[in-house]
Amino acid sequence: MFKIVKRQEMSDGNVILNEIEAPRIAKKAKPGQFVIMKANEEGERIPLTMADTDPEKGTITVIYMVVGKSTALFKSLKESDGYQDIIGPLGKPTHLEKLGTVVCVGGGTGIAVLHPITRGLKEVGNRVISILGARSKDLLILEDHMRAVSDELHITTDDGSYGRKGFVTDALKDVLEKEDVKLVVAIGPVPMMKFVSKLTEQYNAPTMVSLNPIMVDGTGMCGGCRVTVGGETRFACVDGPEFDGHKVDYDELMKRLQAYCEDEKRCHEDYCRMQGI
Amino acid sequence: MAEKSEKKKRPSRQPMSEQAPEVRRRNFEEVPLGYTPEQAQLEAERCLQCKNPNCVAGCPVSVDIPGFIGLIKEGDFTGSIRNLWSKNSLPAVCGRVCPQEAQCEGVCIVGKKGEPVAIGNLERFAADYERAHGTGELPPKAEPTGKKVAVVGSGPSGLTVAGDLIVKGHDVTVMEAFHKPGGVLVYGIPEFRLPKEIVAQEVNFLERLGVKVENNVVVGRTVDLDELFEEGYDAVYVGVGAGLPRFMNLPGENLIGILSANEYLTRANLMKAYRFPEVDTPIPMGKDVVVLGAGNVAMDSARTAMRLGADRVRVVYRRSREEMPARAAEIHHAEEEGIELFLLTTPTEFVGNDQGRLTGMKCIEMELGEPDESGRRRPVAVAGSEFHMECDLVIVAVGSGANPLLTSDTPDMKLNSWGYIITDPETGKTTKKGVWAGGDIVTGAATVILAMGAGRNAADSIHKYLTLGW
Repeated sequence: MFKIVKRQEMSDGNVILNEIEAPRIAKKAKPGQFVIMKANEEGERIPLTMADTDPEKGTITVIYMVVGKSTALFKSLKESDGYQDIIGPLGKPTHLEKLGTVVCVGGGTGIAVLHPITRGLKEVGNRVISILGARSKDLLILEDHMRAVSDELHITTDDGSYGRKGFVTDALKDVLEKEDVKLVVAIGPVPMMKFVSKLTEQYNAPTMVSLNPIMVDGTGMCGGCRVTVGGETRFACVDGPEFDGHKVDYDELMKRLQAYCEDEKRCHEDYCRMQGI
Repeated sequence: MAEKSEKKKRPSRQPMSEQAPEVRRRNFEEVPLGYTPEQAQLEAERCLQCKNPNCVAGCPVSVDIPGFIGLIKEGDFTGSIRNLWSKNSLPAVCGRVCPQEAQCEGVCIVGKKGEPVAIGNLERFAADYERAHGTGELPPKAEPTGKKVAVVGSGPSGLTVAGDLIVKGHDVTVMEAFHKPGGVLVYGIPEFRLPKEIVAQEVNFLERLGVKVENNVVVGRTVDLDELFEEGYDAVYVGVGAGLPRFMNLPGENLIGILSANEYLTRANLMKAYRFPEVDTPIPMGKDVVVLGAGNVAMDSARTAMRLGADRVRVVYRRSREEMPARAAEIHHAEEEGIELFLLTTPTEFVGNDQGRLTGMKCIEMELGEPDESGRRRPVAVAGSEFHMECDLVIVAVGSGANPLLTSDTPDMKLNSWGYIITDPETGKTTKKGVWAGGDIVTGAATVILAMGAGRNAADSIHKYLTLGW
């Protein structure tokens, strides 16, 4: 069993942080890599990109939003409960290099994945400008963490309740106009990554996105996570999860993410009814 | 004359009763039901107890076939399983999934004039009898040698290596990337051909012998080969399987409703998605299902789709029935269950709706031309024969390649041009010191028993290395 040593509810209570004992993974993991987690015997294998690792303590941290039965089950786990299975670290680590000015754009729980990458980019000597987006102020996560590893931080909310009213792309456009941006890292909902990539293409700013498609094994064995990148089929689990944002077929990815939506809805509703949620 | 008529009276092969096709096509329970002790003894009597048995030579792990069958005949079922265990640590598995018709039974003398002795059925009987009635007493083990062996992958070859080396006194740890041990026996072969409880018990047998099994360890990611040596392992066996699904590389292949057989079977077998929503992993429930390919994996996929409630399941294959690589018994079972063979046909494009879901395929008819390098007649497209085939689920079962996850992480272990590990054919030694490999990651996708044979050879070589040196 992989024990939860710290559990925290974030955002509107629907985003959960778990710090989990997984010494082997903590020792080996690098920014950008993911794990596959399974709560119990009947559970589903869920891929989550790590938000942090502590090799000395032997723990990893994941932050996820409750969207269906499996994440609702994860949410029900308390401190000192545990996950039956955690597999990792999987996927290729982020390539961290000193380039000059880089922009890190995060939306929703994507900010959790973005944080260790931002920290890594800062540590190798880049000037880091971060842009965080949320629907409203209370849904924004990890603002302080991101501020600590950024030279400049911009916040946008859809409803204008905090920072600038609008989308991350509005703030990003201003930065791209002013700065010589060597790299944009965008992690968040697929539509966000799509529109960020569209924008940065106009400015010829190299862009990297981190994808989280449906997968089973996470080791290149099933091909469920296939995405089209530059017209070629790639497996996000072993060839990614990070890809050139300008080459990803986002429309296909969005459709593929809906593959089991009816099943997931039914399963989640059954669970909520049984749990009285 | 009297002698002759006596010979003619040799009893015919004992049939094994099976679930009726119309029943089993909708459930996941095992198809053949096994022998009773009486049936097993009657069948065992058919064995001629040859002095120089062809069957043993035909077995990749050289099971003492006349020996274990003789013990069944005498009613010494415990003696029989002990005899089997001395050569084969997975008899309940092999009795079910070995292609006996191409190995032991294919060369059985009795089979020259009639049906061969049902060696596979008898092996299965001995193992099943032991599981139900056995004492659980373990075979003897050598004194501890103090040497540590890591086995990477818990499929048939890895389990064979583990079983062989543990009884020779070595300290053996098996590392499995999935959350359950068994490899292809668990994620690939369906419950109705090989109940997972049997695999669990075979693994449990090894654990009782002292083998340690660590799940959730992806060697190449969680830990790499060199780190295993740093952790104190003296030798490593790599039996990770092939595990890279091949696709057709046709337009529209990423539509929802097109899955690799690996994914489809893993969802059904390892994740038990056929019990969804009782378990949390879903599986697409196709009503009009097409399976591409004609090997055993294709048959397993087609039969799984039927059990999940399909109205129609078609196996689409570009060659003819004669070239189908699946075992005849599997094809027979599939057809009995109502699966249609749609031969000499190949898809050229997958077609979907605006939600990105599969609705059908464009196909073309094929005819057989001159033999190709595999010796089989090459399929050639028939001009003007294009047609549309409706379907809502396609399972791609056209083989697999070498998964590079571990090998790409280990530059000093040489690979061939297809990405498979190069080994010494006798010993299984790789070009990296202290590392052996065997099974599908060396040969490409093959059978359970060939992987076990490779494991057996490697285990002998590892034992020599640990006691005598490289």
